[in-house]
Amino acid sequence: MCLAIPVLVTELLPDDMAKVSLDGVTKVVSTALVEDLKVGDYVVLHVGYALSKIDPEEAARTLELFASAGEPVQ
Amino acid sequence: MSAQQPIRRKLDLKTGRVDLSHGAGGRAMGQLIEDIFHAAFDNDWLRAGNDQSAFEVDAGRMVMTTDAYVVSPLFFPGGDIGSLAVHGTINDIAMAGAKPLYLSASFIIEEGFALADLKRIADSMGQASRAAGVPVITGDTKVVERGKADGVFISTAGIGVTPPGVVLSSDAAKPGDVVLVSGTMGDHGVAVMSKRENLEFDVEILSDSAPLHGLSAAIIAAGGAGVRVMRDPTRGGLAATLNELAHQSGVGFSLEEEAIPVRPEVAAACEFLGLDPLNVANEGKLVAIVAPEVAEAVLAAMKADPLGARSAAIGRVVEDANRFVEMRTAFGGGRIVDWLAGEQLPRIC
Amino acid sequence: MKYVDEYRDGALAQTIAAAIRREADPAREYHFMEFCGGHTHAISRYGLEDLLPANVKMIHGPGCPVCVLPVARIDMAIACARRPEVTLCVYGDLMRVPGSGGMSLMKAKAEGADVRMVYSTLDALRIAEKSPEREVVFLAVGFETTTPPTALAIRAAAKKGLTNFSILCNHVLTPAAIQTILQSPDVRELGSVKIDGFIGPAHVSTVIGLQPYRFFAEEFEKPVVVAGFEPLDVAQAILMLVRQVNDGRHEVENQYIRAVSEFGNEKAQAEVAEVFELRERFEWRGLGDVPYGALKLRAGYERFDAERRFDLAEKPAHDNPACECGAILRGVKKPRDCKLFGTLCTPDTPMGSCMVSPEGACSAHWTYGRFREAAKAASRADVVAPPREEVA
Repeated sequence: MCLAIPVLVTELLPDDMAKVSLDGVTKVVSTALVEDLKVGDYVVLHVGYALSKIDPEEAARTLELFASAGEPVQ
Repeated sequence: MSAQQPIRRKLDLKTGRVDLSHGAGGRAMGQLIEDIFHAAFDNDWLRAGNDQSAFEVDAGRMVMTTDAYVVSPLFFPGGDIGSLAVHGTINDIAMAGAKPLYLSASFIIEEGFALADLKRIADSMGQASRAAGVPVITGDTKVVERGKADGVFISTAGIGVTPPGVVLSSDAAKPGDVVLVSGTMGDHGVAVMSKRENLEFDVEILSDSAPLHGLSAAIIAAGGAGVRVMRDPTRGGLAATLNELAHQSGVGFSLEEEAIPVRPEVAAACEFLGLDPLNVANEGKLVAIVAPEVAEAVLAAMKADPLGARSAAIGRVVEDANRFVEMRTAFGGGRIVDWLAGEQLPRIC
Repeated sequence: MKYVDEYRDGALAQTIAAAIRREADPAREYHFMEFCGGHTHAISRYGLEDLLPANVKMIHGPGCPVCVLPVARIDMAIACARRPEVTLCVYGDLMRVPGSGGMSLMKAKAEGADVRMVYSTLDALRIAEKSPEREVVFLAVGFETTTPPTALAIRAAAKKGLTNFSILCNHVLTPAAIQTILQSPDVRELGSVKIDGFIGPAHVSTVIGLQPYRFFAEEFEKPVVVAGFEPLDVAQAILMLVRQVNDGRHEVENQYIRAVSEFGNEKAQAEVAEVFELRERFEWRGLGDVPYGALKLRAGYERFDAERRFDLAEKPAHDNPACECGAILRGVKKPRDCKLFGTLCTPDTPMGSCMVSPEGACSAHWTYGRFREAAKAASRADVVAPPREEVA
């Protein structure tokens, strides 16, 4: 029951809600579980609730690790 | 002094509702049929007001189909139950390689249904029918008690004629044949489901509901006897259609996921809902299985048609005693593409 | 789709697959259990096992909360739904899970029970607000990812003063399940299930963090790599596990660094702690009684507990005796070991939960495993191009 998708926060709404978008598909969801959210942040969305922010630097680092999988780990 | 004539009141198309008298066969029904259906379809057959309509038949192999439309919601982005009924029926005829000639339409209407909505649906059907060049020449109307129909159900029949020499058959696919699709998968189902699931879209996803008889004729013209079978992947999507054909032809399929066209918004909506675009209905697309020697010509003809701009070759027919539809994923691994079991439920997991 | 497509790239998959092939010691086998049902689904949906060498094998774990829901709890939900005043709101995955006598929520709905599929607890709350004359019950199922949304729904219902909203609580806990597996005779003594390491769940871990896994890594000397949700994440996690095994390490590593932190989402954890507490015992399909493996509502929230509100008793119920879901959930048997698989039990006619849920091992095998077996049985060069294994 872990299906969660990364979505972009496009608008903050009252009562801990926000509008989010995945490639232009938008939905209004709850942000009550995440703090300090800004428009432009990406969050992991699960059953209508944002669960955590996605760290763009760590995300980029992960992609680099994929590409360098051929090299022995440091 | 001549007898007084009853004043014929106009139907209240703004706020009026269908009631049981509209189905009772009397004047009320006659008025409904005239003011809404005859006005929408506007042809001599219907204006003659008979219970049946006559037409001459060219010599040739006739094709007949019947369908029922129960879509909910009745109105969705890109269409409605009316236009869907016209397109779907035409497409069933077109998939046989036949030229659609005439349609019939019968309406089962729920008591209390808004006349404004009925008119909207009828007008939409009329437009679709005229644009496709296939008239609705006979029809029927029934009204049932409140709660016994979901607004309105439409049942249709279609008649067509096959050009000489054209024999398409669902058991004709052979190993080595090429699988072609006429465009992006999943548009219709997502357009309808998004309404139910409260998804909104920046760029609205429209149903692809469209009549395919022009496209199918172009395919036959380009591929001739090399066209084995055509089918439109409606309920159950591409997955259901290919699995059906696999069993009917006694073959397997080998597909390339990356070759299957899917709009990014549809892919994203499917992610949201936990669906696979391959299981989602289409109403303006077709799958064509063709012999390898005509594949290039047929694909070019499809792409030249306005409804086939995003046509693509997505795989091949293979020998397979298991009748599997196999696919190499974009990721590089393999999996089976199966019928979806049961009703398509948005997945949470 | 950002943060999605890049993590599904086929070319990068080949790079990682080549590394796994290079580093996996041909003299031994590696058995890794992916605990999370979402990972089971991802592995089958992308055909990930095609990229692995023959000596690296995946065992599907019981991390599918739909799969581990026992028959008795489904029966309870159906009984609740059949009450004329109740509107039962459920996540879609639960509709077709078979209960006793072949009954399911979908069938109960066909018989007239008011069962509604919802995407979120937010929808259930809306239904409760719009229909004050109905008793709205939410069937709460899921691991730690799904529990905070339920907790928030209860808090919102309390705040709004809703008197017609309650939940049937079936929330379960990941660490307890891992513990039960590792302590089971099959693993500990008999050795019939070899597990060399775990792929830790993605989104459960965004909530609970890495802390809870450290105990297992140390106590049972098994490496744990928490992996993201996309196939490249899982592939990389497998590589990291292979390296740990080769090095003789048993650490907790985090592959899902973009979303998982050491302590997880403490706000979510606090919300859950406010509303829920541990059940002493709760039966899981396949694992039997898992002590402190499930949650119930705390004192002060009794009015939101549908079990109490409707006096619902758990009636003992059994799986179909030939159904091997239990053994399959523990990794002791494979789907093809089950007599019902593919004949009586298919996705259209599921006999057990492992086939109903897209995350279940049997469903995954149906979609993916059968293909692999058939491909091995009959050599077909032109079916799907041979796995691109021989990358220089």
